[in-house]
Amino acid sequence: MSTAVATAPESIHRRRHYLNADYGIRSWLFTTDHKRIALLYLFSITFFFALGGLFAVLIRLELLTPAGDLMTSDTYNKVFTMHGIMMVFFFLIPSVPATLGNFLIPMMIGARDLAFPKLNLASWYLFMAGGVFALYSVVTGGIDTGWTFYTPFSTTYSNTKVIPAALGILIAGFSSIFTGLNFIVTVHRMRAPGLTWFRLPLFVWANYAASLIMVLGTPVLAITIILVFLERAFHIGIFDPRLGGDPILFQHLFWFYSHPAVYIMILPSMGVMSELISAFSRKRVFGYSFVAFSSVAIAVFGFLVWGHHMFVSGQSVYAAMVFSILSYLVAIPSAVKVFNWTATLYKGSVSYQTPMLYAFGFLGLFTIGGLTGLFLAALGVDVHVTDTYFVVAHFHYIMVGGVIMGYLGGLHFWWPKITGRLYPEGWAKLSALVVFLGFNLTFFPQFVLGYLGMPRRYHAYPEEFQVLNVMSSAGASILGVGYLLPLFYLLWSMRYGPEAGPNPFDARGLEWQTASPPPTHNFEQVPIVQEEAYAYHAAQEVPVAG
Amino acid sequence: MGFDLPLFPDQASTMATRVDHLYFYLLAVSAFFTILITAMLIFFAIRYRRARHPNAVPIEGSTKLELAWTGIPLIIAMSMFVWAANIFFAMNRPPRGALEIYAVGKQWMWKFEHVGGQREINQLHVPVGRDVKLTMISQDVIHSMFFPAFRVKQDVLPNRYTTVWFHPTKIGTYHLFCAEYCGTKHSGMIGQVVVMEPAQYQAWLAGGAQGGSLVASGERLFRDLACDTCHRPDTGARGPDLAGLFGKPVRFAGGGSAVADETYIRESITNPAAKVVEGFQPIMPTFQGQVSEEGLLQLVAYIKSLQTQTPAAAPGAPPAAAAPPRGNP
Ligand code: HEM
Ligand SMILES: [Cu+2]
Repeated sequence: MSTAVATAPESIHRRRHYLNADYGIRSWLFTTDHKRIALLYLFSITFFFALGGLFAVLIRLELLTPAGDLMTSDTYNKVFTMHGIMMVFFFLIPSVPATLGNFLIPMMIGARDLAFPKLNLASWYLFMAGGVFALYSVVTGGIDTGWTFYTPFSTTYSNTKVIPAALGILIAGFSSIFTGLNFIVTVHRMRAPGLTWFRLPLFVWANYAASLIMVLGTPVLAITIILVFLERAFHIGIFDPRLGGDPILFQHLFWFYSHPAVYIMILPSMGVMSELISAFSRKRVFGYSFVAFSSVAIAVFGFLVWGHHMFVSGQSVYAAMVFSILSYLVAIPSAVKVFNWTATLYKGSVSYQTPMLYAFGFLGLFTIGGLTGLFLAALGVDVHVTDTYFVVAHFHYIMVGGVIMGYLGGLHFWWPKITGRLYPEGWAKLSALVVFLGFNLTFFPQFVLGYLGMPRRYHAYPEEFQVLNVMSSAGASILGVGYLLPLFYLLWSMRYGPEAGPNPFDARGLEWQTASPPPTHNFEQVPIVQEEAYAYHAAQEVPVAG
Repeated sequence: MGFDLPLFPDQASTMATRVDHLYFYLLAVSAFFTILITAMLIFFAIRYRRARHPNAVPIEGSTKLELAWTGIPLIIAMSMFVWAANIFFAMNRPPRGALEIYAVGKQWMWKFEHVGGQREINQLHVPVGRDVKLTMISQDVIHSMFFPAFRVKQDVLPNRYTTVWFHPTKIGTYHLFCAEYCGTKHSGMIGQVVVMEPAQYQAWLAGGAQGGSLVASGERLFRDLACDTCHRPDTGARGPDLAGLFGKPVRFAGGGSAVADETYIRESITNPAAKVVEGFQPIMPTFQGQVSEEGLLQLVAYIKSLQTQTPAAAPGAPPAAAAPPRGNP
C-alpha cells in the first residue's frame, strides 16, 4: 500500500539530509536551500507572532475594565498599532507562503529548489530588515496611527515614529514581492515531467493565486507608503487637505492593496485545507477544478472590492453600490470551497488526527468569519457596524481563525516531513481543542459588542460593555495557552519525537515520496508524474523514478 | 457595576428598525448555513470515520451540485444586496425640511451649533419625532459621527461637509461616539444625544441662545471680514453677488461648473483661486486660517439665508432653507 519503498527507514542520524548537510550558523545564514530558508522564516515569524501576541495580551488586559487604567491612552494606541503591524505584515502575510510554501512548493512539483534560490534568501533578509525597522520604531517611542495609517492623522498630526515603521513595512513588502515572483516562475518552469497544471496539488494552486496578488498588489502599498513618507517629510500636499490634498485618496490606495492582502493571507491556508481534508478522508478533493479556479477567481475579484472598507467615508452612493455587489460576488468562490471541502468527507474514510482537527476548526471559524462578511458587505448594516468590534471580530475569525488554523494544521501535517519526527499526538489534539474553544470565547462576544455599538480602537469604554469584554479577555488567555502548547511540544519533538519515516500519514503528493527530512536536493531522481493529484484510488502505485 | 449584560442596542430611530430587520434576516441566513455545514461535517465525520468506513469511495465531483451551491448562495446574496442598498439610499437622502444642526469635530471633542445660535459640546439635544440633519466638518483629522441607537454613522472630514440624518422615535439619552480612530483621546471623544419632547426642546433652545442666531452671526462676520466690500448687489462690485447663489449651478472661468453647495461655498472662502466664477478676476484673498470652522459654518448659513432675502423674492416667502443640498454623500 505504502509508496515509501524507495527510501527504506534508515535512522535520520546516519542518513544525510538538508538539516545535517552542513553545520554552523554560517551554513544557515548563507543557505540557498528553500527548505532551510523556510525554517529561517519559521523561526522569525514565530518570534514576531509572539511579540504581536504579547501586545494582544496587553490590549485584552487593558480592556478588562472600562476605565482605561492600566496604561495611558497614548501607550494603548501604540500597543494596538504594533499588534496590528506585527500580526499583519510580519506574521499573517508571510505565514503559510514563506514557511510551508517555501518548504513544499518545490517538492510538490518535483523540483530541486525554487527558480531563484538566491532571491529567496534575499527575501528573507529583506523581511528581517523590515522587522528591524519596525522594532526600531517600537523601542524609540512607538507609533500610534493604527496599522491602517489613515491620513491626515499619520502624515500631519501624529508625532510618533511613523517613518521607521512605514519603512519597515515597505521593505518587508519587497520581500513578499520577491517571494511571489519566485513562486510564479517556479510553478511555470520547474514542474516535473508529467505534472500538468491540472495535476497540481491545490496547495500549489492556492499559493500561485496568492503570489499573483503579492506581485500585483504590493507595489501599490510601496507607492502609498512612499507618498506618506514624502508628505510627512516634505509636506507635498497629496493627502493633507490644508495643502489641497485629499485624505480619502490615501484610503483608496491603502485598501487597494490591503483588501487583496487579506487574500494573500487566507488563500494559502485554503490550500492547506485541501491537502489536509483529502489526506485525512483518503479521497481526492471533491470538484478539484472548481476549487482550483475558485482560488484564481478570489485573487482576481479580490482586487475589485477595496471600497467596501469605505462605505461611510464619504464616497458616492453609486460607488458604494458597485463595491457592495462585487463584495458579494467575491464571497461566492469562498462559499464554493467550503461546500466542496464538506462534500469531500462524504463516503470518505475520515480519521481524526491532529491536522484534521485543525481542519475542522478552520471550517467552523472560516464559515462564521465568511458569513459575517455578508453583514459588512450589506450597505445599510455596514454603516452601523463598521469601525466597531463587529469588524474586529469578523477579521479575526477570518485571519486568526482561518489563517492560523490552516497554518497550524499544515505545520502539524508536514512536521514529520520537515523534522523527520512525529509530534506527540495527545498534546497536539489537546492544543487544537483549546485553540478552538479559546478562540470562540475570545471573539464571539465581540460580534455582540460591535452590534451594541462599541467602537474599535477604544482605550476606555462605557460600563455596560464590560461583561462581554471580560469574557473576551478570559477567552484570550485560553487561546494564548492553546498557541503556546505547540511551541513547547513541537520543540520537544525535534529531539525526542519518534522517527516518522517518509510518509507517516500515508498521504499522496510528491513531497511524501522522498525521505523525511528530505535530502538537500529533495529527490534522488526527478520523479515522473503519471497521475492526477490525490490519487488515493489509482489503479497502480505511483511510480518512483529510479 | 453589577452584572449588566446587554445583548441588543436601543432602538431609537426609524432607521434602527429598518436596519434591525435586515440584520435579523442576515442572522437567520447565517445561522442556517452555519448549522447546515456543521451538521454535515459532524454527520460525515462520524458516519464515515475510518474505523467504520476503512475504504473511501472515489467521487470526482458533480457539476450539477457545483452549479447549485454557486447559484443558490448567489441568489440569497443578491437579496441581501438589494435590501441593504435600499436602506443605504435612505440613509444618504436627508429628507426635506429636516431640522438642521451643525457639527464640528476636533481632537477630541464634538461641537454642535443650532440654527438659533445655541452651542453645546459633546451633547446634542434634539426633539423626538422630527427629522434631524447634521452638517459636519472636521477641524483636523478624520472623525466619525456614530449614533448606535439610531444605527447611523458618517465620517467627518476636514475640508468637506458631510451629512447624516436621523428621525428619533424614543425619548432618552443615548451614546454618541467618534468611530474613526483620531489619536490620543479617540475613546474620550464621546458624548450623548438627548432626545426630548418637542415642547421641552423648545424650552431648552430658549435657555441656550447666546450671541444671536447662526445667520445673524454669519452676517456680522461677513461685515467684519469686509466681504461686503466686493460682494455687493450693485454694479460696481468686484465679486459676484451672493444672493440666491445657494443651490444654483455656477460656471467657472476656466470652464466647468458646479452646484453651489456648502462645500463649494466653504472652498470659495478658504481657497478662492481654486474655482473662479466666470466673468470675475481671481482677486479674492484667501481667508484660510482667519475664520474658524464655526465661523465658516456661520458664513455658510448666512449665504444660504440670502436665498430668501433676494429683492426678487416675494415678501413672505417661506423662511425655511430652500432645497436641502443633495450633498453628494
Ligand atoms: C476570505 C477571507 C477574508 C478575509 C481574509 C477578510 C479580512 C478582512 C479584514 C482584515 C478586514 C478589516 C478591515 C479593517 O481593519 O477595518 C475586513 C473587513 C471587511 N470584510 Fe473581510 N475578509 C474576508 C472575507 C470577507 C468576505 C467573504 C466578505 C464579504 C462578503 C468580506 C467583507 C468585508 C467588509 C465589507 C469589510 C469592511 C468592514 C468595514 O470596515 O466596514 N470579507 N475583512
Ligand atoms: Cu475622533
